[in-house]
Amino acid sequence: MAEVLVVVEASQAAGVKKVTLEMLTIARTLGSPSAVVFGDAAALTDKLAEYGAEKIYNATGDDVENFLVAPKATAVAALVQQVQPAAVLLASTQEGKEIAGRLAVKLDNGLLTDAVDVAADGTATQVVFAGAGIVKSKVTRGLPIVTIRPNSTTPTPQPATPALEQLTVAVSEGDKLTKVVERVTEQKGSRPELTEASIVVSGGRGVGNADNFKLVEELADLLGGAVGASRAAVDSGYYPHQFQVGQTGKTVSPQLYVALGISGAIQHRAGMQTSKTIVAVNKDAEAPIFELADYGVVGDLFKIVPQAADEIRKRK
Amino acid sequence: MNIVVLVKQVPDSGAERTLSASDNTVERASASNVINEMDEYAIEEALKIKEAHGGEVTVLTMGPSGATESIRKALSMGPDKAVHVQDDALHGSCAVATSKVLAAALRTLDADLVLCGAESTDGRVQVMPHMLAERLGVAALTGARKLTVDGSQLTAERQTDEGYEVVTAATPAVVSVWDTINEPRYPSFKGIMAAKKKPVQTLSLADLGVAADEVGAAGATSQVLEYSKRPPRTAGTKITDEGDGGAQLVAYLTTEKFV
Repeated sequence: MAEVLVVVEASQAAGVKKVTLEMLTIARTLGSPSAVVFGDAAALTDKLAEYGAEKIYNATGDDVENFLVAPKATAVAALVQQVQPAAVLLASTQEGKEIAGRLAVKLDNGLLTDAVDVAADGTATQVVFAGAGIVKSKVTRGLPIVTIRPNSTTPTPQPATPALEQLTVAVSEGDKLTKVVERVTEQKGSRPELTEASIVVSGGRGVGNADNFKLVEELADLLGGAVGASRAAVDSGYYPHQFQVGQTGKTVSPQLYVALGISGAIQHRAGMQTSKTIVAVNKDAEAPIFELADYGVVGDLFKIVPQAADEIRKRK
Repeated sequence: MNIVVLVKQVPDSGAERTLSASDNTVERASASNVINEMDEYAIEEALKIKEAHGGEVTVLTMGPSGATESIRKALSMGPDKAVHVQDDALHGSCAVATSKVLAAALRTLDADLVLCGAESTDGRVQVMPHMLAERLGVAALTGARKLTVDGSQLTAERQTDEGYEVVTAATPAVVSVWDTINEPRYPSFKGIMAAKKKPVQTLSLADLGVAADEVGAAGATSQVLEYSKRPPRTAGTKITDEGDGGAQLVAYLTTEKFV
């Protein structure tokens, strides 16, 4: 069975990200999953093995890790030439897409982004127009290079015993034009990452100010979810931009999306309308968010949310 | 500094968007088309750099004849001139082919700095800056929320899920920006009038030395097989809080096994 390269998304804090496990799960329908890890793989090996990685290719060193994107694309391109995989899967994150873009140019190969599924024949299902449409597409030149959106599928374990192979990457000067001089972590606490979370609790303009966002955070923590914010809340300075959900922010597709004080402008709906269950609290009974909410409460969020928080504590 | 800003005309993301029934390409002819929102931030950044360091700002657009409207709108914010790559054969071009055409156009412009939005609202593919950097052999600093220019040295804060990365490179470079980087200016009346007279050069594929069969449907590296609309969501239960709204909400979440 041909190998399927899965470019691993991981972070120091969280280890292997959930989207990686989703990719490994999808990869099994296409061939034999091989994980490609940039940076130290030691802490990730167990998880990758649990989800079916038959091989782990590992590339480390300053040349790969301290320059933006280009060396990673060079490494994956060389690996594609070497092992002739059935497909390459990457995460539909900024960096995943960027590696895919460079790879497509290097190999003069098609690419598909934001896929939620890939069939055995390489046909990808993509969500388009902010969740309004679904397309099925195929790469018609070269092998399928596909980026997978987080929360697309349920990862299922399938233990394997991966062989570890160190990669020697021939990084050219042209790959080292953009240097990463510092990596700064701003996200605090232990909340799940926004695009990967099963539950997202978001606040909008109705939250009123930055301090009141504590209420949103409290409910998110009680539910074990991530915190999001509407563009109106971010533009007003209530919450940092990396948590913005919407057309010009993150697209999320959790099991449960809770919208607090969010009117539901199209800008916001574009980032969350593929969520499985949507719950909304808004004082305006006519707010468009109620048109898509499975459960809506019309009223004052400053009364409803603390009461809900107390109720959840009672039930725990 | 010679700055080129990539501007894409896209169907308004606030209106209904669809794929054309005949060939599954983005329906642009009947759509209400606007400048891709994120590109306005790239234009603003270009103008600020020009104001601080001198130079010239050129708008580069690839698109059908109707894209002229967005080019004039872009020029009304303040750029000096525009280049419009327009050719019937480009219809249906994939990202790989588009990058080939834009790279060819950029080679004729000899830019020190290419600015663009981090993604377009129609495709949201997010690959163009790195594809262009790959083709042109220049640096790419992408996803910037802050950009500092010091002579030929560029420093950007690249937004990440965890926070940001500080990335540096020398010009020539491609830089893509998020909407956190600045607040785009509104065109003034004077700007709108001036834009009508600014030079817009139209380039065809032949002008760029790109063969027609390398682009469009003929040269596409991927194909949409089918398109369907997702069924719209429907409203569920809506209650009005009469003192126990929070408790009722949790009762619902419990039924749905979230609590």
